Amino acid sequence: MSISTATLWFVITGLAFGSWLLRFSFLGIIGNRELPECIKRCLRYTLVAVMPGIIAPLVFMPRATDGAFDLPRFLAALVTLFVGVWKGNLLLAIAAGGVTLYSMLNFNF
Amino acid sequence: MHRRRPLWDCFGVLAAEFGLDIFTAVAFSMAVIAGAAQFAALSLMQDQAPVLIVIIIGLAVNLRMALYSATLATHLRAAPFWTRAFVAYAISDHSFALADQKFQNEPDMSLSRKLAFYFSAPSLVAVIWVVGTSFGAWLGARIPDWLALDFAMPIAFIALVAPALRSLPHMVTGFTAATLSLLLAPAPYGLGLIIAALVALVLGAEVERRLEMTS
Repeated sequence: MSISTATLWFVITGLAFGSWLLRFSFLGIIGNRELPECIKRCLRYTLVAVMPGIIAPLVFMPRATDGAFDLPRFLAALVTLFVGVWKGNLLLAIAAGGVTLYSMLNFNF
Repeated sequence: MHRRRPLWDCFGVLAAEFGLDIFTAVAFSMAVIAGAAQFAALSLMQDQAPVLIVIIIGLAVNLRMALYSATLATHLRAAPFWTRAFVAYAISDHSFALADQKFQNEPDMSLSRKLAFYFSAPSLVAVIWVVGTSFGAWLGARIPDWLALDFAMPIAFIALVAPALRSLPHMVTGFTAATLSLLLAPAPYGLGLIIAALVALVLGAEVERRLEMTS
């Protein structure tokens, strides 16, 4: 079943404007005002509150195995996390995770 | 007809499977720049869901962008209106992860240096997303499974967030978010993610406050 061109472009336009509005929301409203201390304190944790939430299901229920736990992928994630926290280096962490994943997959665990 | 489901998270590949041409796929990516929302919208359209529902759900999946917006506002609030409008367009998980860590680690950065950083390295990610879409649409199912590209995105995301897990409140926040989002995974349209995030960040701030009181 294919999607009609009109529907598709209507959705693209709606999503484009809507998601820009979501992204602009607070940047636009807050303007040059100072936020209360308690809000600023919370927002310091945005990154570590959102990303692990995105990552966890991908690691424990990978799409490649239709959601079944997968040891190579789990260990690759663990190594990436460990190297990332320990060295604080993005590329090093990615390299360590990639090497782990490929060697695990090739040894057929 | 049997169609093999792609194992990798590439919007272009999915778009090609659903019969979108490269131009449309790339336009979609350039206009929206949000993988999860684009996936959700395409799947819903495939199921013949009403257009308005498709848009609302696509935006619900993207709610975390408002949270990123509020956080970037604390760093870049002095920027002029139109600059902030462009900052908003370029917000993604990657650009936010890079910029937020940089700005938090170097609070003395001037506004112009912050903006220069924001529009260079992190915005490049948005460009890569768009270029990646066109490659995916072009290569489609020809990408071999042994590359395990499905797991490239989780590894990149872990590497992006790991350096930020540098204090007890940060680790508590991360652990809470991961646990809650696993528990709430059955919740539809990524709503589990935003609930997990809100609970986790309030908890992180509270742990930080208590640590400050005792020290």
